[in-house]
This record gives sequence, C-alpha cells and structure tokens, in this order.
Amino acid sequence: MSGSIFFAAIVFLTGAIICVPIAKKFGLSSVLGYLLAGILIGPYLLGFVGDEGQDILHFAEFGVVMMLFLIGLEIEPKSFWQMRKTIIGMGGAQVLGTMIVSFLLFTTIGFDWKVSLIISMAVSLSSTAITLQTIKENGLMNTTYGASSFSILLFQDIIVILMLAVIPLLTDSEKAAIADDHSDHIYLLENLPLGLQALAIFLSVVTVVLAGRYFFVPMLRLVAKTRLRELLSASALLIVIALAYLMELVGLSPALGAFLGGVVLATSEFKHELESNLEPFKGLLLGLFFMAVGASINFIVIGDNPLMISGLVVAVIVLKALILFLVAAIFKLKADQRLLLTIGLAQIGEFAFVLLSFAYQLNILDRVELDMMLVVTALTMTLTPILGIINERLILPRVGTKKAETRQVDHIAKTHKVILVGFGHFGSTVGRFLRSYGIEATILDNDSNRVDLLRKMGFEVYYGDATRMDLLESAGIAEAKILISAIDNSDNVIHLAKMVKEKYPNVKLMLRAKNRYDAYDLLNMGVEDVYRESLETSVKMAGDALNHLGFRKYTIYRQAQKFIQYDEEGLRRMADKPKTKEEYIFKAKEEIKQQEKQLEEDLKRGIIEFDNHWDSEQMRAAHNVVKDK
Amino acid sequence: MNRILILFAHPKFEQSRANKALVKMIENKEGVTFHDLYERYPDFNIDIISEKKLLAEHDVIVWHHPFYWYSCPPLMKQWMDVVLEFGWAYGANGTALQSKKCLNVITTGGTRAVYCSEGSNNYSVNEFLRPFEQTARLCGMEYLPPFTVMGTHNISDKDLEEYTLKYEQLICELRQSLPFDKIRNCEFLNDTPQLKKVTSK
Repeated sequence: MSGSIFFAAIVFLTGAIICVPIAKKFGLSSVLGYLLAGILIGPYLLGFVGDEGQDILHFAEFGVVMMLFLIGLEIEPKSFWQMRKTIIGMGGAQVLGTMIVSFLLFTTIGFDWKVSLIISMAVSLSSTAITLQTIKENGLMNTTYGASSFSILLFQDIIVILMLAVIPLLTDSEKAAIADDHSDHIYLLENLPLGLQALAIFLSVVTVVLAGRYFFVPMLRLVAKTRLRELLSASALLIVIALAYLMELVGLSPALGAFLGGVVLATSEFKHELESNLEPFKGLLLGLFFMAVGASINFIVIGDNPLMISGLVVAVIVLKALILFLVAAIFKLKADQRLLLTIGLAQIGEFAFVLLSFAYQLNILDRVELDMMLVVTALTMTLTPILGIINERLILPRVGTKKAETRQVDHIAKTHKVILVGFGHFGSTVGRFLRSYGIEATILDNDSNRVDLLRKMGFEVYYGDATRMDLLESAGIAEAKILISAIDNSDNVIHLAKMVKEKYPNVKLMLRAKNRYDAYDLLNMGVEDVYRESLETSVKMAGDALNHLGFRKYTIYRQAQKFIQYDEEGLRRMADKPKTKEEYIFKAKEEIKQQEKQLEEDLKRGIIEFDNHWDSEQMRAAHNVVKDK
Repeated sequence: MNRILILFAHPKFEQSRANKALVKMIENKEGVTFHDLYERYPDFNIDIISEKKLLAEHDVIVWHHPFYWYSCPPLMKQWMDVVLEFGWAYGANGTALQSKKCLNVITTGGTRAVYCSEGSNNYSVNEFLRPFEQTARLCGMEYLPPFTVMGTHNISDKDLEEYTLKYEQLICELRQSLPFDKIRNCEFLNDTPQLKKVTSK
C-alpha cells in the first residue's frame, strides 16, 4: 500500500521536476508546466496515474484553500472592507452576465433547461488556482488587473455556496434522496430549517473571527516561546485545516473560510512567519492540483466527440472573455489591464468539478454530459496559460500602455520602505527616531514576548528569525529601500548581510557592528554603512570627563569630531588590508600608534593646521612685524 | 567663462518655498557648483581644507541665504570665521581670493518698502550688508550689489517665477562677466538692464 503511495509520489514529483523547468525555460508559466506534466503521466499517455487522479484532485484542492489563506494574510480587514464595492460590483456583473449568456447558448444547442442552468453556473466560475498563481508569478498582484481578478474570484467563492444550495432544488423530489457519501459537501445542517442554517453560518463566521483574535494568536505566542520552528509550521497547518474543516461542516466553501481566517490574522505579528511556513506547502499542493487537472483530461471522451468538445471549449472561452471584457470596460479598466483580465479569467474553474459532480449525483446531469463538461473544464484551464502567453507576446505590445501599472491599488499589499531587524535597546531607539519622522519601518524580532509588548504600544512588529530569506521576502525586502540591522549577534549580521547583498543588491544595508573586528568583516564584504555601537557614546563620555577636568566644552567637541573622523578613516583603511588574526592585532596596534601620533601632533600644533581661525597669536605676530619695520 | 560657487546656507530649506524654487533653477547649471552648507556640515564641523580648495577653483563666490536678523544664518558666519583665514584670505600673505567677484543673494520676508530710513527696518538692505561688503573687500574681492528676492511672505507664484528667471539670467551674466562699471551704481543687481528685461510669461 505504502509502496503505491511512494510510487505515485515519485511519478508526480518526477513529472513536476522534468516539466516545470522546461516550461520555465521557454518562458511559460509554471502552471502550464504542471498541467502538461499531468497530461503526460495521466492514464491516456504514459498511464502512470489511473483513476486515483480524481482523488488526488480532491486532496490537492486544499492547495487552493491555503492560497486563499495566504492571500487573506496580505489583506488587512480595513482594506478588505474598502474592496467590497469592487467585489460585489465586478464579481456580480461577471457571474450574472456569464450565466445568462451561457444559459441561452446551451438551451439553444438543445440541452434541457435544468442541465443548461447547471452548466451555466459552472461556466460562470473561473479558476482561482490558475489565475492567482499566474498573477503572483508575474508580480501583478498590485495592479488593477490583479485586484479586479481577485475581487471577481472572491465573489465567485461566495456565490458558489448559494449555487450548491440551489442545485438540490432542481431535482425531482423522488430522486432527491442521495446517500452517496462520495459528495464533497456533507452538510451537517442539512436537516435544519433555513433560518437556523443561516444562523449557524453566521455563528461560524463569528467563530473564525474570534478564534483568530483570541485563540490562534495566543496559541502561536505559546508555540513561539518554545523556539522550535517545526512547531510553528505545525500550528500554521493546524489553523488552516481547522478553518477549512469548520467551514465545510456548515456548508461554506473552505477556501472562503481560510481567506477570512487569513484576513483576521493579517494584523497579527505572526503574519510573515505564517506566510513563510505555509508557502512551500501551498506551492506543492497547487502543483499537485494542476497535475491532477492535467491527468484528469479524458482523451477518450475527446476522441468520441472531437468536434463538439472543441466547439464547446472555444465557445466557452469566447463567451467568458466577452463578458469579462464588457465588465472591465464598465469598470473603466485601461486597455492593457482589460485585456489581461479578459484572457486571465476566461476559463472554467475547479469549482466546476464540484458543481458538476454534485449535479450528477442528484441525477440532473447524465454521465455523458458530466464527462463532456469535465473535459471542457480541464481543457479551458489548460488553454488559459497558453492564451495568456499569446496575449502577452503578441497582443499587449500593440496596445500601448505599459504592463505594470504602478500601485494604483495600494490596499492589497502594504510595504514599507524600511525593514528594521532586531528591536532590542539599539533597534528600538532607531525605530523610535524613524517614527518621529513618520517613517514606520517593518520590524522583525525573534523574541515573542517583546513583540507582543511592542505591538500593544502600536508598533508594527513581526515575530521571526530574519536570517531566513523567506521571512525577509514576506516582509517585503524586494520593495524595501533600506534594511537596518540592529541585532547584536555578529554571525547573524554577517549571514544576513551576505544573503541580502547576493539576492537583493539594490537594498541599502545599514548595519550595527559590535566592535572594530565585526566592522572590518562587514566593510570587507562591501557594506558601506557600518555603525559601531560604542564609538560615539564613548567619545562623548571621554569628552565629558575632560570637561570635568576643566577643558572648555566647545574645544573638546571639535576635537571629538576630529577624533571620530580619524577613527572612521583608520577603520576603512584597515579594512582593505589582509586579515589573519595576528595581523589584526599587529595592524591594530600600529594603527592606534599612528592615531596617537596624529592626535599628539594636533595638540603640539595647538589648533594650527586645522583650526586656526581667529588665532590671536598669529595675528599679533604679524602685527608686530609691521610695527617693527 | 567664469566658474561660479554658490555657498548656500538655509537651516530650514525644506520649508522655504522661495529658496526651493530659486535653487531648483540654478543648482544643475553648467559652470555652477551648488554647495549646500547645512546639508554638508549639519554639525558645523566645516572641512576647511576642502572649502579652501573649492574657493580656489571658482571665480565668482555667491553667498546665498535668507536674511535672518539682518544677516546670514549662523553656519555661514561660521564658514566665514573658519575658512577666511588670516594669512590666506587676508593679511600680509593672504591673497588667495584676490580679484574674485563676490555677492550676496538674499531672500527677505519683508518687502523692499520696509527696508529704508522711513520703513520699519530703518536701514536699507545695502546698509545691513556692509559687513559682507567689507569682508569681501578685505579679502581683495570685487563686491557686487546684492540680488534680492523680497517680500517672500506673500509672494505670488507668478512673481516667484519671475525671480527665478532673473536668478537664472544673473547666473548666465556672471558666467560671462557682467560689465562691472555699469552696475556699480545699482542698489540691487535686480535693477540692471539685463535683469530688468526678464519677466515671467
């Protein structure tokens, strides 16, 4: 048994590892690579995967749930509320428009009205998995296109619940008895009156919100204290699975529940930690999902009726595209964004698998209709990435406006220009002063107690270990202007600097160094802005001591400025030199000697060379020369 | 062609509408070195050696500053105190600045009308600028009349634009040596025929 699981795993993973890099190499999206891998290993080509493809599909749909949770994490409740008009407006127009037109189309070509209604419902829904994955891959989430797609998909996620509720009403009452537990949606509340059902749904949404605030966050804090990374991953998975389970129990879409949970947790300090923990799971599951879609394409059905199938595929895509184009035009999207949206969402989505199978179980659809529509669905999903590439390469370049419309929709991802790592005594002072200028840095710290406290005081602090690139990435390093490190562990600073310099050379690094030796290492790596933590304070202390001994403050101040300047210059000279341990000590001695000499010279000269303004002795001497003459 | 050094001193530059407009017009002109003293020396720790070098490399020195308490902001005074050294800028062997040209470019909140014996400030701008004039003379420089942007408290966009165009023209004239005789008697460089004819569109 386990042998076959391992074999299936080997087949899927090998398929992905071979096909996805090839797709990428040709500049195609990874989604297409996965789909092709699925077709390849599926029952009709190589035959590695048989009927279990369907089961894998159901399992892998969980990737979509995770993706929506992750998207929810990036949307704060406030921004979500601001998007409500777009969600209802664009989403509603799209779903309604597509349903009407496809209903007309399918009744015209001779389908029963009930069948046509089911199919039109399925057709109106697009694929969240394919669309959002492609958008994320191309970094278009912050464009109008990204936000509009997302709004429409979210609306579909909500409306699908309604559809699933309506479908049983279409059956003749005698046939309605279904005891088939193969169904995806086992309604716990099925036998309750409608009012109570609504109440239960409402309560479960409230539960999600409250659990997010008062249960998940304290749980994460507790787990964070153990400092075991895998426990955090486990908690992250637990949260998503629990949300999905609860939603399924009351008959809501798990993806919607996960999204809601994500939104609730978006303001918590664990946002970035959750993101980086779930990202790999999501990626793998989605990949699996796409492969399963590919494997599920039934070539026998296509072979039986090639004209009908291809006709339907073309008709569905054209129809969906047309409606999307109109919706985009009504909501005044720019030409290029409109085209992207039109092509991007013009496929039937994974919800269709659920809807159609459900209708089949209720005997509304027959086997032939089901198979046919499943194939059409899978084919449109496969074609979307291909059409997207055609659009991008051939059509868009002629439309004029630039692809990346910058930040018109700011409310999706809020990124700061500054990332501040470490919020201890040093870092908090840095953060406070930045804040006094209205600059709110994204702060990362790995002490969960401190994070908790600071968040109560209104700082935006996230829990996490900043030497992990994935965490920095979810904190937005790609868009950051400056990364300030205020951590005191020298090895971590060096590791962090190396990592960031390699991958994001455009981010300005400003680093705290414990002492001269750390500073040398950092300077030698090519970091220019290195701040020794004790330099200025110790010079100030020495200056104050000199003042207590009777020296004038202003003169001390000017000497101190010189002293620091020499010290910095010396440090940079030293950094260029070779560096074995003995050499360090030797060179340092020499350097200090040299510095001493310079300062002695300064004293001997009085303030002649550098600071001889209003030096009365000089003037008097000159005056006397004149008098003597 | 003369090389022009603009020594600019403004402790609150980011809040000065007039100076932002003026500086924006000239800071990147060819042959002009714009030197923002408060940005370079926020700690008043002026690098005397590099300042001397800068002076040596230019033919026209402009002190561009707002008129604070009838004089310049403190960092510019500090600059004069530490850079114009005895034995270098003046005194027996102090000939480093000999025959360079020098002038003030100033902005004042009050209008020209309040700067005269009958106005609330009692003295004219030229009278207040005597210390600068004499400093320049002692260093052997030719001191030109000031270019003034007055009444900045209530200046209209149109008037400000005219001033910036005049400033641009002034820099242009300074690049090719203004005929000094003709302007010696002007109160302000604003009154020279070359600048008078510049108006905003």
